[in-house]
Amino acid sequence: MPTFYGTEINNPLLLGTAQYPSPSVLAESIKLSKVDVVTVSLRRESGGSNAGQDFWNLIKELGVRVLPNTASCYSVKEAVTTAQMAREVFATNWIKLEVIGNADTLQPDVYGLVEAARELTQDGFQVFPYTTEDLVVADKLLQVGCEVLMPWGAPIGSARGLNNEYGLRSLRAHFNEVPIVVDAGIGLPSHAAHAMELGCDAVLLNTAVAKAGDPAAMAKAFSDAVSAGRQAFLSDPIEMSDMACPSTPVIGKAFLS
Amino acid sequence: MTHSVCIIGAGVAGLTCACELVDRGMDVHIFERSQTLGESACSWFAGGMLAPWCERESAEQAVVDGGMIAADWWQSHTKQVIRQGSLVVSPKRDLRELKRFARLTDTYRWLSGEEINAIEPDLAGRFEQALLFEQEAHLDPRKALADLSEYLNVHNVEIQFDTEVTAAALQSDFPNAHILDCRGFAAKEKLSELRGVKGEMLILHSEEVALSRPVRLLHPRYPMYLVPREEHQFMLGATMIESSQRGRITARSMLELLSAAYALHPELGEAEVVEIGVDVRPSFRDNLPAVYRKDNVLYINGLYRHGFLLSPAMARQAADALEQPDLFAALPLCA
Repeated sequence: MPTFYGTEINNPLLLGTAQYPSPSVLAESIKLSKVDVVTVSLRRESGGSNAGQDFWNLIKELGVRVLPNTASCYSVKEAVTTAQMAREVFATNWIKLEVIGNADTLQPDVYGLVEAARELTQDGFQVFPYTTEDLVVADKLLQVGCEVLMPWGAPIGSARGLNNEYGLRSLRAHFNEVPIVVDAGIGLPSHAAHAMELGCDAVLLNTAVAKAGDPAAMAKAFSDAVSAGRQAFLSDPIEMSDMACPSTPVIGKAFLS
Repeated sequence: MTHSVCIIGAGVAGLTCACELVDRGMDVHIFERSQTLGESACSWFAGGMLAPWCERESAEQAVVDGGMIAADWWQSHTKQVIRQGSLVVSPKRDLRELKRFARLTDTYRWLSGEEINAIEPDLAGRFEQALLFEQEAHLDPRKALADLSEYLNVHNVEIQFDTEVTAAALQSDFPNAHILDCRGFAAKEKLSELRGVKGEMLILHSEEVALSRPVRLLHPRYPMYLVPREEHQFMLGATMIESSQRGRITARSMLELLSAAYALHPELGEAEVVEIGVDVRPSFRDNLPAVYRKDNVLYINGLYRHGFLLSPAMARQAADALEQPDLFAALPLCA
């Protein structure tokens, strides 16, 4: 099971908590999928006066580990302030760091990301950076103290799956000691299984479950898929081939004609 | 024996309960802490859509079941119900949102661009597909509340404004009465599970755009609806934020709401902003309303974003419980 900053978690599926039809459906999804870590985004507006306390208490009552999230922050300053607020609300040093660079694709501003990661790490945070599959950016993130990488699969909420399988393979190969969590763009359990088959350590998603017709059943499907993908990776899958290879031996077969 | 009932709170829950009980011949008293109708009721800022089938997109089947009686109930107690259906559209690049909406709902029909133009000429050429929920209706919430107040007045029930009362005080003043606590989020000290879901809305005035029915614009991030009101006004709503803060609207929310309105029709960019409303929807964890009991008090709460849609069903449930002791006893206990 993946270990983040020295903490081993029990399920390689991480779930976001936004957009569910109701808190009850969210709770049911978490229960059925047995996820261990959920992300929670803080709107700075709610944080200021603790006005979102009721919802945060619901999350705390679920008995899962919380990974607070600086969702929809567009600047380093915003992200750092939100992270500090999150630490107070959830009493954790973990922070999923999002610094968004483009409003249409919601892709990370990797320059701001590295800068915010440096600042937060120095301030004692354990940063989970939402990044691209870029190797150089990943290297910089590790240099400033990150011990986890969270590359995107595809743009947030797009349900496109793994847009750049080569990029993720390459990231896996270059940083084989660092936990990699594919975050964003996952639409189907097969996408999540695919990420795990590539050797990624975990998958984080939200919309694909929250907006499904039956969120709890979909959460379970994703949990099963990451588990299957992980087992497949550990079981040393066979190589792809251009030719057919008969699974039944032909040598020694009786000639009946 | 005539039932005597004291209702605390003259928002949509309190007033619908009052009317339903009056209809059943009960003796009703209403107490409201604010000085005028709607002043401290979140229903004042409601959209007023009686749209159970559309709500199914994100709500349980119970909302459809409970909401189906709403339009008839409101029609029999107010003059505000407009039965023109509701229209759901999405920008061309977000057509998948419209398809998803269609998958999760029913009782609609698909409209082509031409059919949209025929029923909403001001949207001509703007959308190629839409869903029309013909059986849905809408009303102006403020006028509807005023009509209920008038309905009660005609039936000799006066709302006692500027009167803050507690269930305990009423129990000693009216020892034989039942009490309905319809205070919304203010009842949180009795209903600990209650949480606030902040909603922000705008009222726009535009003489350039006219609509005959509520229009929902689907968007992956900023879904929005526009409900036409009299005198060229529109209710533009509404945000859904996990927060129990009644403060002011944020710039971000205003930006998102107005961007969506602009996407629906660029002429709305020229509309005047007549009013900004912010309030907190009282909500239980399943976002469904419920009736709880304790001693001789019934708590009707958790109407979430379905005040006008579900209050008639809740009023019926409360009234049935007052008339039938076995139903009363079967209600869940307030912790």
